[in-house]
Amino acid sequence: MKQEAKLLLGLGLFFALLGIVYWVWSGENGGGIMIVAGGTLGFLPGSYYWWWSKRMPTRPEDDPNATRESGAGHVDAFPGTSIFPFVLGMGAFFTVLSLVFGMWLLVPGIGLVLWAAFGGTAESRRGGTH
Amino acid sequence: MTTLTHEHAAASHGDHGHHEHHGPRGILNWLTSTDHKVIGLSYTITSVIMLVIGGALAEVIRGQLANPNGHLVSFSEYNQLFTMHGSIMIYLFAGPFAFGALANIIVPIQIGAPDMAFPRLNALSYWLYLSGAITMLLGFFTSEGAANFGWVAYPPLSDAIQAPGYGTDLWIGGLILTGFSAIFTGVNICATVFYLRAPGMTLFRMPIFTWNLLVVSILILLAFPVLTAGLVMLYADRHFGTHIYSVAGGGVPVLWQHIFWFWGHPEVYILALPFFGMVTEIIPVFSKKPVFGYKGMVFATITIAALSLGVWAHHMFTTGVVLLPFFSIMSLLIAVPTGIKLFNWIGTMWGGQIWFSTAMLMAIGFVVTFLIGGLTGIYLASPPLDFFTHDTYFVVAHFHSVVMALVLGGMAGLYYWGPKITGYLLNERIGKAQFWLLFLGTQLFTIPQYWLGLDGMPRRMAIYPNNPAWQTANTWSSVGAIMIGISTLLFVVNVVVSWKKHPAGDNPWDGHTLEWFTTSPPPHHNFYRLPQIRSERPTWDHNHPEAKALGHGKDHSA
Amino acid sequence: MDLTPLPPKGASVKSRLARLAGVLTIPAAGLVLSGCTVPSFYAKEGVTETSKSTFHLWQGFSVAAAIIGGFTAGLILWAVIRYRRKGDAIPKQTQYHVPLEIVYTIVPILIVIGLFVATIVVENKVVAEPPTTTAIHANAFQWGWGFTYENENAISVGSTTEEPTMVMPVDTDVKIILTSTDVVHGFYVKDFNFSRFALPGVTNTFSLHAVKTGTFSGQCTQMCGLYHSIMYFKVKVVSQSDYAAWLATFNTPYGKAKADAAKKVLAEQMTARVPVKPEASGGTNKL
Repeated sequence: MKQEAKLLLGLGLFFALLGIVYWVWSGENGGGIMIVAGGTLGFLPGSYYWWWSKRMPTRPEDDPNATRESGAGHVDAFPGTSIFPFVLGMGAFFTVLSLVFGMWLLVPGIGLVLWAAFGGTAESRRGGTH
Repeated sequence: MTTLTHEHAAASHGDHGHHEHHGPRGILNWLTSTDHKVIGLSYTITSVIMLVIGGALAEVIRGQLANPNGHLVSFSEYNQLFTMHGSIMIYLFAGPFAFGALANIIVPIQIGAPDMAFPRLNALSYWLYLSGAITMLLGFFTSEGAANFGWVAYPPLSDAIQAPGYGTDLWIGGLILTGFSAIFTGVNICATVFYLRAPGMTLFRMPIFTWNLLVVSILILLAFPVLTAGLVMLYADRHFGTHIYSVAGGGVPVLWQHIFWFWGHPEVYILALPFFGMVTEIIPVFSKKPVFGYKGMVFATITIAALSLGVWAHHMFTTGVVLLPFFSIMSLLIAVPTGIKLFNWIGTMWGGQIWFSTAMLMAIGFVVTFLIGGLTGIYLASPPLDFFTHDTYFVVAHFHSVVMALVLGGMAGLYYWGPKITGYLLNERIGKAQFWLLFLGTQLFTIPQYWLGLDGMPRRMAIYPNNPAWQTANTWSSVGAIMIGISTLLFVVNVVVSWKKHPAGDNPWDGHTLEWFTTSPPPHHNFYRLPQIRSERPTWDHNHPEAKALGHGKDHSA
Repeated sequence: MDLTPLPPKGASVKSRLARLAGVLTIPAAGLVLSGCTVPSFYAKEGVTETSKSTFHLWQGFSVAAAIIGGFTAGLILWAVIRYRRKGDAIPKQTQYHVPLEIVYTIVPILIVIGLFVATIVVENKVVAEPPTTTAIHANAFQWGWGFTYENENAISVGSTTEEPTMVMPVDTDVKIILTSTDVVHGFYVKDFNFSRFALPGVTNTFSLHAVKTGTFSGQCTQMCGLYHSIMYFKVKVVSQSDYAAWLATFNTPYGKAKADAAKKVLAEQMTARVPVKPEASGGTNKL
């Protein structure tokens, strides 16, 4: 966890410094805001990881001498198959097309998005299909 | 849902036994699968189709330009052609191929993970990408035609007055969809790399390809939201009466250029770094050596990413409204980590036993072509030289050298990992023919364009003055383009010819990384067993315990 | 057989470095000494003072690129030929050589700093705007150019079918005030080795100082819509006396009438595509 935190905090620090130099030197607001915002995008997750890394034991993947046995146990739950990514994707597709061809396309668009939202949530609770 | 549990060392993990996975078959499998390998394969096939479509448009462009007064297409059609060629290649081929296709398949396996961290989000990424691609291509079927303002879409040329057609809105909509697809993939790869590594796989033991994809994902998260925001504002300008980019309403057209390139230059590295990573996997394996300067390579990648946020306005030097010295030095500095990478690749080959398989040839072709593209890029980091060459064919040639290097790298990746993905080797003979056509075609295609640019031919011209020297150069360039086109067809032929012919086995190349430790193709959750991970070459260490990596003077392998 | 040529200890690195530096400095010194015989690398000197500076910068960059590129390509070629597979033996597994890695980090940084310094020197010349009384307004529109002259009646307006001519005096600092009416255009004259965007809402100025007379071709380089490919103009550099005589032709009654007609055409072109009244625009808008 510590290495990940260092990577993100390091990038955040660099972008913050870069942003300040650029903003002060150029006086151009658009780019100045964008670089500084990039810096916060490093700090936000970076400080979260740093905070956690202080409060948890070294994970097997951070331990250079970890044995294979140390990885035993529960890894994570992975969904098998699911139709809902497809449904949600098509919902987004129709929603975007409604911006071009007319608002009526929002009906299938929003309908599919809602179906995916409810269906996907219910699937996760049920444990999903395999 | 599979609750995955590592039960015992080297034992099959997972409560169902992966080889016994019974998902739906056929079309339903493609629609519903959340397996990163199936999604990655969908990405690969779709993006290669996009490469073929974009390439076909390029052939028409080169056909038009083979003659100074070409009548193959009209001015209006020509504008649509180069706009959609650029858009398809950048947004729909290079990006998705780089971080959606091979990355999706290889990254989880390289770090010993059973799948991506968010498999359903991964599937959603693909569907957004596919629908974005369809949305953008739909423009060709509208009455006013597809988008026609160049892939950079500088307002006011892309506003409601100058570009009133549906094609523009479809272009914007397609980009918003593919943009979200990229963001979700970025989140997914970051989470996978941070949370799903195998025991002992510390960050500094990850293969360079995975490292590059991690850095690319961070860059995606920095850059793509900016583009999406810019596109929403562009759409609002067109339809909701805002005046963000319109002078008449008090807006600033240059703001779009800032926003676009703030995404656009990191995007160049988002495209390039995955291919750098592929080549960095291939060169060591076929030289039978560890990658030279592994840590330097990682730091070079991080440095490129860090600097890439401060270079965007080198695309805007000629606007006269940007801070020239800042962007000049930042852009020049990128040459340093890039140079480190080049020397590390050479250092890896140095003293090795180089096996010239198709993958290795493609990788070397990448290094040479990228050297040309990189060196000409240094000129463009210098404002006076950019004033001289901006918007001429010199720039076109520069970035085509770079992106054609990426195509060579991508082909190297397909020849290298294809057997892992399908389980069957590709034909080496056709592969080598493809390499020579692609490599020589690329040089024949770009080198006349460098000269054309220096002689003053601007880009995006449907016709050009009747100058015999220009015509000769353009004709050679078109011949090169045809060679590239044939080489792409050869790849398709090769896939068909080699289909299910020669089983690859688990480890056909004596590979270094974890994907060569599992079967070809890998089982449902990728591994039946894992080796002990003690370096960034776990499979090599397992197969050649006597040949550890050596440092200069002392042993760095510990 | 030891296939790796890397020295086993750090001691010999110094001599290696010295040799490398020697190899690199010989051609560089040769080029500096021979001065004007540096090849042109397919660029041209151009006809303005700044185009010459740009050209010399081009040569400098090209020499650096040729040396670095040649050196790197040579290394690649050597590695590919020398280290092709000769058997199944596992070569020495060298992974790190820290002194070497430091060298190829530091040397590029030094080269980049050198290129940057040269860039800044030339850039300051190219963007300098010495005070002058000769100023030309260049207005870009879809799809043509209009050139008007500060405090003069002279004018030249073009269209897709007619190339306008920007007449300018030789050996004089000429200030160009570049604007665009509609979309982004690019003012580019090949023989000036220079281009600049014409941006809507922004007034770009730059200085030209031609040192040769003649007629040169210019054209729009930034994609600007349907007839982008044929948005040409001409630049005619004439002697100072010819320039004065040319300006005077617009002060005769006939010339004045002609100029007024042309100005009307230009005004139409410049207002035709502005949808809202100009005073509503922002501070930087000089339409």
